[in-house]
Amino acid sequence: MGVAVIEASMTKFGQRDAWLRDLLAEAGEECLSDAPIDNDDVEHLYVSNMSSGEFEGQTGVMNWLAHDLGLLPAYSERVDQTSSSGGAGIYEAWQSIASGASEMTLLVGGEKMTHKTTPEATDIIASITHPDEYKHGVTLPSFAGLTARHYLERFDAPRESLAKVAVKNHRNGVDNPNAQFQKEITTETALESPIVADPLRLYDFCPITDGSAAMLFTTEERAAELTDDYAVVSGIGGATDTHVVHERDDPTVMGGVVESSDQAYEMAGLGPDDLDVAELHDMFTILEFLQLEGIGVAEQGEAWELSMDGDTDRDGELPINTSGGLKSKGHPLGASGVAQGVEIYEQLVGEAGPRQVEADVGLACNVGGFGNCVITTIMEAAE
Amino acid sequence: MTFDAHRCENGHVTYPGHTFCPECGEKQTETIDLSERRGEVVTWTHSTATPPGVREPNTLAIVEFDVADTVVRALGQVTTDDVETGDVVEPVYVEELRDPEIGIKEPESQDWDGYRFRPVQ
Ligand SMILES: [Zn+2]
Repeated sequence: MGVAVIEASMTKFGQRDAWLRDLLAEAGEECLSDAPIDNDDVEHLYVSNMSSGEFEGQTGVMNWLAHDLGLLPAYSERVDQTSSSGGAGIYEAWQSIASGASEMTLLVGGEKMTHKTTPEATDIIASITHPDEYKHGVTLPSFAGLTARHYLERFDAPRESLAKVAVKNHRNGVDNPNAQFQKEITTETALESPIVADPLRLYDFCPITDGSAAMLFTTEERAAELTDDYAVVSGIGGATDTHVVHERDDPTVMGGVVESSDQAYEMAGLGPDDLDVAELHDMFTILEFLQLEGIGVAEQGEAWELSMDGDTDRDGELPINTSGGLKSKGHPLGASGVAQGVEIYEQLVGEAGPRQVEADVGLACNVGGFGNCVITTIMEAAE
Repeated sequence: MTFDAHRCENGHVTYPGHTFCPECGEKQTETIDLSERRGEVVTWTHSTATPPGVREPNTLAIVEFDVADTVVRALGQVTTDDVETGDVVEPVYVEELRDPEIGIKEPESQDWDGYRFRPVQ
């Protein structure tokens, strides 16, 4: 059964006073209010969230949201796949419609993080690692530093190419009113910012963020009855890579990205040349290169050239992270994959405002851990 | 505390060990002690934004060991901030790699001792 997205919304990302319950309700309410359906049409509700228990001691958020939004007795479930919880939520929502289990599915992703100090939030995220990694004080940023050094040394890539990813995504974020940062930066600012995990510096990393995002899914047939503006999930794939990051044969290859995008391309009957726009999981600048290579847009060791040449700019050959990406829009863990879907939806239905590019086919790649779990989704504009 | 890589009957070696060999799915049946071996730094970083209970900066390296006709990698802290890719290092035992009492994890849920890498002059 064809699966369509008929509405999408997100809250303002950034440092928010609201706790997770209210962030989820805010995105969910906006999505339902704008949709041409009644709330009790919703049969399944998925809530993407990594760590509400660890961040604020609140568990069971899916049931809270089902009740609060008036969706009872809808089936409800919380989806945790660490940083790719949002993408995993898209996968669950797609499955629910494609299988016929649900005819109308609401997905809401969210995380509340900024009330913790940066070291505390870093520790919660680092707890996803293997105990033999965790005891060494490994953090996700340190994996990025280790990988970036290897990439730059091995492929002789200029350090500046990573800074340009940050500059581009900040420039895109200026036109996203929901982004945490709406501020341009220069290459020099990025290159001179404090070291976080050598050779990476502050501007190579996404911020810590509160926020929520939502998408509404139904069958293609029902979508066509309800609205002219919808997008179709034409391909989706999910995969895992080693939990222990140093066990990968090649530190610069994200196997989960390769495998999940292969699955998504095959289901959609499309390839990398067919993409018009993509949202990639730029939690760290280096990840944009690894994903461009993993999804087949660039050869291994060459994605940095696209960055240097401006091919991934909004007016480039393949615009990447028109939303501002995690880098500028922010990264509320469970919300990020959903927010990627929101951006692709808006691009495909022509609602992206000043960020609008010409797009019939869009891809979102949501990465959990350091590539440990990955979801790739391909969406197309309705015929 | 040991510093053991694990080997299956088909000769695949991993550190740490797994219930089944990730390469072929067979049980891992042998251990290879890495603590007396030297390895080579594949890549490294100075991590400055460290979690509670972790030294700052925390210099980390991925190190590759030649073992039994193959290679195996391990990630760990480095004894010094002065390290380069390609350096030869040796493991040095440390009783507590970070303070178990102030992180998010239950202190009893895992070990906290292990091996740092010291560059060999
Ligand atoms: Zn094996």
